[in-house]
Amino acid sequence: MVEEKVSPYRKYLREERLPHLFCPGCGNGTVMNAFFKGLEQSDIDFEDIVMVSGIGCSSRVPGYVKCDSLHTTHGRALTFATGLKLGNPDLDVVVFTGDGDSASIGGNHLINAARRNVDLTVICINNNIYGMTGGQISPTSPRGSFGTTAPYGSRENPFRIAEIVGAAGASYVARWTTAHPMQLAKAIQKGLNSTGFSFIEAVSQCPTYYGRKNKLKTTIDLYNHIKEHTITKRKAEKMDVTELQDKIIVGDFENPRRGALCKALKELTEEVSGGPLATKSAYEELD
Amino acid sequence: MIIIDSKLCKGCDICINVCPKKVYSKSDRVNAKNVYLPFPENEEGCTKCGLCELSCPDQAIYVGKEVE
Repeated sequence: MVEEKVSPYRKYLREERLPHLFCPGCGNGTVMNAFFKGLEQSDIDFEDIVMVSGIGCSSRVPGYVKCDSLHTTHGRALTFATGLKLGNPDLDVVVFTGDGDSASIGGNHLINAARRNVDLTVICINNNIYGMTGGQISPTSPRGSFGTTAPYGSRENPFRIAEIVGAAGASYVARWTTAHPMQLAKAIQKGLNSTGFSFIEAVSQCPTYYGRKNKLKTTIDLYNHIKEHTITKRKAEKMDVTELQDKIIVGDFENPRRGALCKALKELTEEVSGGPLATKSAYEELD
Repeated sequence: MIIIDSKLCKGCDICINVCPKKVYSKSDRVNAKNVYLPFPENEEGCTKCGLCELSCPDQAIYVGKEVE
């Protein structure tokens, strides 16, 4: 067979929909590549993957991937994904979400999904701004950054989503940036392989709104800005809180293993009714 | 061998920036969207690490893995 001379990640994409609608220099495409690389290295079959997304630029990613996908209401991607996973535990459910989708409108769903430890892999593309609606300040915008709703600079403190999800009890949490695609792919691989709630925050660039409003006009300026402001978790532990004000702490924030929801529910139904999971057995009778 | 898909490239220059061996440079060639495409000028320096393929947000880069 003659190998087609195209990018190795194109075989996962719906060719007829390319080029995708992301702006030039948008980090979503890089996160998509890192996801495919992580998937190749993990022990999960691409055929079992279901992608769920909410609303936002990052939530348009599943539309380009050749797999089953759900494009759901704003902020509620995790609830749909929970239903999907509990209905058919054989699926590997991956949620693509943005910072506005997961931390703002879907914040409560996010921390509760982490608390319940639902067996999902959540990839949160954090671009620090609401890109799709015109550059409003999001809950993760750094203090002092500019946006349409903050013409004098934001005076609020940002959320650190990875730390919040870790504190809520997720099994695996990591934060990397689009300037570290290899490490991001490795984190996604670990997240896919681990049971329970795994959350990967990918800090990304939005040159169209975040870059333009914050005097980082080209993609490269913004890309290098992200790269220069990252600091590994090991180094950050030795530093002051004031020194870490504008830094992005990257690395794995692993939790000790906690019981995952799917296993707990399976045990419960077997204990009470003596049979397999009710939804699963109803599903089998239809065949 | 490096091939850049001129239909998909949006000219973000990330490949020019990430390459550790400085293989790419900006060319004078434009595509249908009037985007100045990158050009693998220093191709013999390429070590086939695949970082440009992974970083390209538009899946436009192919780096041949075969040894000639």
